[in-house]
Amino acid sequence: MFTLPDFQELVKNVQSPTSSDVEQALTARHPGIHNLAALISPAAEAFLPEMARRSALITTRRFGKTTQLYAPIYLSNYCTNRCAYCGFAANNRIVRRVLSFDEAEAEAEILYSRGFRHILLVSGEAENVVDVKYLETIALRLRGKFAAISIEVQPLSTEDYTRLFRAGITAVAVYQETYDPELYKQVHLSGKKTDYHYRLETPARAAAAGMREVGIGPLLGLNDWRAEGLAIGLHLAWLRKNFWSTAFTVSFPRLRPAAGAFEPLVVVSEKNLSQLIFALRIFDPDVGLLLSTREEARYRDGMLGLGPTRYSAGSCTAPGGYSNPEMTDGEQFSVGDQRSVEEVTQAIIAKGFDPVSKDWDSAFQMGK
Amino acid sequence: MLTDPLIIAGHTFNSRLFLGTGKFASSTVMKEAIAASGSEMVTVALRRVNLDNPEDDIMSALDRDRCIFLPNTSGARNAEEAIRLAHLARAASGSNWLKLEVTPDPRTLLPDPIETLKATEELVRAGFIVLPYMNADPILALRLQDVGAAAVMPLGSPIGTNQGILTAFQIEIIIDQARVPVVVDAGIGAPSHAALAMEMGADAVLVNTAISVAGDPVAMARAFAQAVEAGRTAFTAGMGSRGKQAHASSPLEGTLAADLGFLA
Repeated sequence: MFTLPDFQELVKNVQSPTSSDVEQALTARHPGIHNLAALISPAAEAFLPEMARRSALITTRRFGKTTQLYAPIYLSNYCTNRCAYCGFAANNRIVRRVLSFDEAEAEAEILYSRGFRHILLVSGEAENVVDVKYLETIALRLRGKFAAISIEVQPLSTEDYTRLFRAGITAVAVYQETYDPELYKQVHLSGKKTDYHYRLETPARAAAAGMREVGIGPLLGLNDWRAEGLAIGLHLAWLRKNFWSTAFTVSFPRLRPAAGAFEPLVVVSEKNLSQLIFALRIFDPDVGLLLSTREEARYRDGMLGLGPTRYSAGSCTAPGGYSNPEMTDGEQFSVGDQRSVEEVTQAIIAKGFDPVSKDWDSAFQMGK
Repeated sequence: MLTDPLIIAGHTFNSRLFLGTGKFASSTVMKEAIAASGSEMVTVALRRVNLDNPEDDIMSALDRDRCIFLPNTSGARNAEEAIRLAHLARAASGSNWLKLEVTPDPRTLLPDPIETLKATEELVRAGFIVLPYMNADPILALRLQDVGAAAVMPLGSPIGTNQGILTAFQIEIIIDQARVPVVVDAGIGAPSHAALAMEMGADAVLVNTAISVAGDPVAMARAFAQAVEAGRTAFTAGMGSRGKQAHASSPLEGTLAADLGFLA
């Protein structure tokens, strides 16, 4: 079982590295966790251009001049949790919707026609509304069309993940939000999500079930991003040791304006975010790094090729939003990059990269 | 070294040098060499000892209070033979420790990956603490770990060749990925080879020929102990990295531009 050192230790560990620790981390052949600590420390801020160069070189060597594209489909915004920062929180007065199977398929159809072959199914956490059977039915209906189907829903058991894998789900994303148990308690006010440890063990359950890919991440804006970054590095390294045939991804969602008007507890600047991305890339050359439409177009274009490997595009965060584009009530957060997929694709090509929409095939996956 | 012990299957070792007992001129020299090495894990080829006889030269030379006696299945050509030998060894010695060797080719003595995996799986089920000798194949190391090997023992180069760590690139990957200790076994011909393996992050090394056939095996055993300790200390101290070219400390070059002017 994955256990984290005392969070305050991590806070200390990311403050103490010196310039020479950073220099050593930048040239280490197999950067370890202490190298990661150096790269996300304040001392590394002066090395940001050098880190970007190194991160870009590693990314291109490992992933080529490509950027993968995906889009989310929000299935439901019902939620039984109260998370202080989230627009879907149970106590927020928003329009609640859950898509019927036909509505979900209609949303998928639109994304398919826009060229997407990798979709991410997202929902609030309400198992009485979106349960395993519901997800299984949607996966079985969509697997013929889409090469990869990821889910970002409530944490499930290994058995349920196995069932979904057999139905065609390829990947699971589950974000810890914060690795600091104290803060976790403060921002998760009620609901099943208040169980820090059950959530922390979820990536391992998904990997044990045979999922091809598992995504983890902190929600930036809640806490000391450096310590959260070190925690992510520890979690990632542990997952790699224990599930060597699973691919892993890390996301870096920064808090966006959302219903409930939660103000970020700490400011994480673009510079901070970039440092974290470069550091993780140097620490783990193989990890997939996601940069979603939470970020603005200018920033996403600038970061192309420097470390991230996968972008969402043309995203809508309200259930049914692709079929009803005028509808924005009931969204999880408002996006920062509002360009169409066509515009994002053009930006990727203009940067000399190949936008990749298909990188897997459901025919590989045993199923029902 | 006391602050940095090696743990295999719950047992703590203060020395990271494991010894083989073949090819010594006499059991007296072997005993002295083992003492000089400080080793706490000594492997013995089952086919060489008379397990039923407490007066056996090799067995009586081992201080089993200080050393783990690690029988090996040297000579086994397939899983079936190795498993039979393992059970014989356990019945006679009362120890669950086993170095698994399955070497169907008598010339190279290279280990058979398929039979080794099979035998590991079965012996682990039967309660053995299995340390399989293997080629330096990272996926095989992971597969062996997954079926319950207590450590993996990739070869540096073919046994007895004294060629050193020819498989360095693969061993680095194994060290990076494995959850169980990595013991570099075979091919270590000089203390510098042992030091290199330890600098790379190996958890221990196993040495035999280089000590047993040295002009002065006892002095050589001491030299290996020093090399292993130096290599381990260098590894834990965090070595600077090597490059093919000089690196300016304020680099101007870079084939990829990374213009960060876009940052808000």
